[in-house]
Amino acid sequence: MTASISESPIVLEARNVTKTFPGVIANQDVNLTLRRGEILTLLGENGAGKTTLMNILYGLYHQDSGEILVRGEVVRITGPADSIRRGIGMVHQHFMLVPVFTVAENIILGSETTKGLMLDLDSARQEIRNLSHQYGLDVDPDALVEDLSVGQQQRVEIIKALYRKADILILDEPTAVLTPQEAEDLFKVIRTLTKEGVSVIFISHKLKEVLAISDRIMVLRRGRVVGEADPKTATERSLAELMVGRDVVLEVEKGPANPKEVVISVKNLVVHDDRDQVAVDNVSFEIRAGEVLGIAGVQGNGQTELVEALTGLRPTKGGQVNIAGQDLTGAKPRQIFEAGVGHVPEDRQEDGLVMSYSIADNMVLNTYYRKPFAKRGVLNEQAVREQATRLVKEFDVRTPSPFVPVSTLSGGNKQKVIIARELSRPLKLLIASQPTRGVDVGSIEFIHKSIIAQRDQGVAVMVVSAELDEVMALSDRIAVMYKGKIVAVVPAAEATRERLGLLMAGITHEEPQPVAS
Amino acid sequence: MQAINSNTQARSVNLPWRLIVGLGVILLLIIISYIRSPQITTAVLSSTLRQSTPIILGALAGIFCERSGVVNIGIEGMMLMSAYMGFMFNVWTGNLLLAIVGTLLVGALIGAFHALMSITLKVDQVIGGTVINILATGLTGYFYQQGLTTSGKLQTITIPVLSDLPIVGPVLFTNPPITYAAIFLVVIVHLVLFKTRWGLRTRAVGEHPAAADTVGIRVNFVRYVNVIIGGMFAALAGAFLTLEAVGTFERGMTNGRGFVSLAVMIFGKWTPFGSWGGALLFGFANGVQTQIQFLQSQLPSWLAWLGQIPNQFIGMLPYLLTIIVLAGFVGRSRGPAASGKVYSKE
Repeated sequence: MTASISESPIVLEARNVTKTFPGVIANQDVNLTLRRGEILTLLGENGAGKTTLMNILYGLYHQDSGEILVRGEVVRITGPADSIRRGIGMVHQHFMLVPVFTVAENIILGSETTKGLMLDLDSARQEIRNLSHQYGLDVDPDALVEDLSVGQQQRVEIIKALYRKADILILDEPTAVLTPQEAEDLFKVIRTLTKEGVSVIFISHKLKEVLAISDRIMVLRRGRVVGEADPKTATERSLAELMVGRDVVLEVEKGPANPKEVVISVKNLVVHDDRDQVAVDNVSFEIRAGEVLGIAGVQGNGQTELVEALTGLRPTKGGQVNIAGQDLTGAKPRQIFEAGVGHVPEDRQEDGLVMSYSIADNMVLNTYYRKPFAKRGVLNEQAVREQATRLVKEFDVRTPSPFVPVSTLSGGNKQKVIIARELSRPLKLLIASQPTRGVDVGSIEFIHKSIIAQRDQGVAVMVVSAELDEVMALSDRIAVMYKGKIVAVVPAAEATRERLGLLMAGITHEEPQPVAS
Repeated sequence: MQAINSNTQARSVNLPWRLIVGLGVILLLIIISYIRSPQITTAVLSSTLRQSTPIILGALAGIFCERSGVVNIGIEGMMLMSAYMGFMFNVWTGNLLLAIVGTLLVGALIGAFHALMSITLKVDQVIGGTVINILATGLTGYFYQQGLTTSGKLQTITIPVLSDLPIVGPVLFTNPPITYAAIFLVVIVHLVLFKTRWGLRTRAVGEHPAAADTVGIRVNFVRYVNVIIGGMFAALAGAFLTLEAVGTFERGMTNGRGFVSLAVMIFGKWTPFGSWGGALLFGFANGVQTQIQFLQSQLPSWLAWLGQIPNQFIGMLPYLLTIIVLAGFVGRSRGPAASGKVYSKE
């Protein structure tokens, strides 16, 4: 199988593709080859640049430099229509289907068959049935898309690509929205497709399924290809290591921790995710004043839900949370905030800032209702202005003025605005989630220093990060999450990359490991 | 899967059944009233059709715009401006056909202006429409001169044989050209919207522009064309007023018809036939209203009580009906999902 694939012709190739967005390098010198009938997996954390690369191949973005070759020919893909013409089909993470259209209407849209002036839905239906039959993609052409389950909608997306005669299929995080059973069905379909000569690029950050489905695995990290792996010899552990990286060594200057009283104590906490599945499973831990607890783990193992539950953004389903002597289980965000908890959210664009507000307004987003920023319900502009001017200087936010919209800042400076806001008042507990994701190196250093400074002032700190280096550099103790559970808590002094890698793959007993190639 | 099948079938079976009963009841009522008083019935029905013409044309304009994802609250202004320009073309050229062609061009131009504002310049679409409305009132009011004369208006075309039929003849087959055209256009717009490639793309762009974009449809091009077509439909409604119904221009003569069109479009759930139903309802209320005022003293005994109601109240009837219809139905209808939202990639 592998031998025959490695001899089959290359259908798609990317050479030294680089793409930057303001303040962020999304892809840097990425090389990729895809052979006929092959399943190539792109593995990487959120923000590693997988989706950007695929959007370049699909013509939604243009690379700044580098070239794309389709069937050996250098091409400039001008847009989706062009990439469709070249046989590239893409199933987006968020489906591109019109909910009020039927399956058949969605599939033919843009490549309609017509009889004279009128649409010819009959022949389209027939064609859809043929494709359904050929690839085992059972779906009713006359059903409305809004009535279909997510798994069925995904089939419609795949048929949509096949209907356009795509023989290169890009699946962007296809299993993120599926139940395990639906995912299994999808894998069957993918295998059928490759037998028929279709090449598949599969994007994921779930290690198990990546090992199960791929012919070849390419790992992206911070926009670069950091390694390739053969699923026959790779293990979840070796992949996890590649994914969270070892190329950047982060050093943070810090003295020994001086832990005092317990600030937060979490007992048997249970939290569900958006699909009402258990995401945080009976988790207990404590953090003391003056120490940093790092939460390590491959993304999607419950870290996001844990943070959301602790900050009042997500309901808890069981267990208890005590912060600074108060029972704050299921409390409202405002109550938790009043108890002295600062939160640097994972998604700063979505949850951390109001993009259209000025930096100054964003700086008082949590304290606007208190003195001196408000008096009897009226904002005190003067105080807001003074606060902003002071914080911009203190936290080195690079901006022409504190009164420009925060959306004009680069990623690192946006993050500094959030850090400044959260640290501008006395805290008891700081929860920082992915504090340096998508942030330039200079800002990373600054943010790390600020976090350690808080620790040294006696604040309890919880740092959640997908970057193993960051967790190791900042933490005094490291808790590893796997499938919603904390599988181990390791003192930072005893933590090695190898040991954490094992734990992140869910291996809690040290067993002799076959040497990964 | 099974459940979905029966669901879609149930949907397609239910609707015509209710429609047939509804139409049957209306037909029965018409026949009963025709037996009691043929003259009034015929007069009211003819008036219904004519009054509904600008409304349905306006609603079709709205359908083109909103189905492609552009809110057009400026139909009133488009109608008024075109009505004025139609009248002026008639004054200048004395040729009704040229006047209509000119009006359509004016409509296309205003449509292009709205498209430019709402698609390219990303002006808030409600504001853009309001700009058109205010501009139309201002410009037509300023430039209109009294005492201009024209060489006449569009005349009734009597269709041989068919026009001799009782009720149907005078109501359906004795009409001026734009009234006939409106009926044809309802059917044609329905076919275009639901049976052609262009219609499918238009609806996709109005529902989920990103989906349309990823299959290679030029979202903003489709929107531009549809808004321009919409402008031409609004212009035809304006032409109806000055070139067919009245024959001259008056300040503010559209009198809210553009807004009623939008109400009717929503009532008809953004479909041509549904909107036509709404337009006929409004036309009927208007027809009844004018007939009552017109015949006040000569009403037959069984309708005499109507003559007792003050004119002002009778005159409210169509607008009252619009409010009731909107309040009663709007909550349940769902417009194109992307209507009013500017589309831009990232």
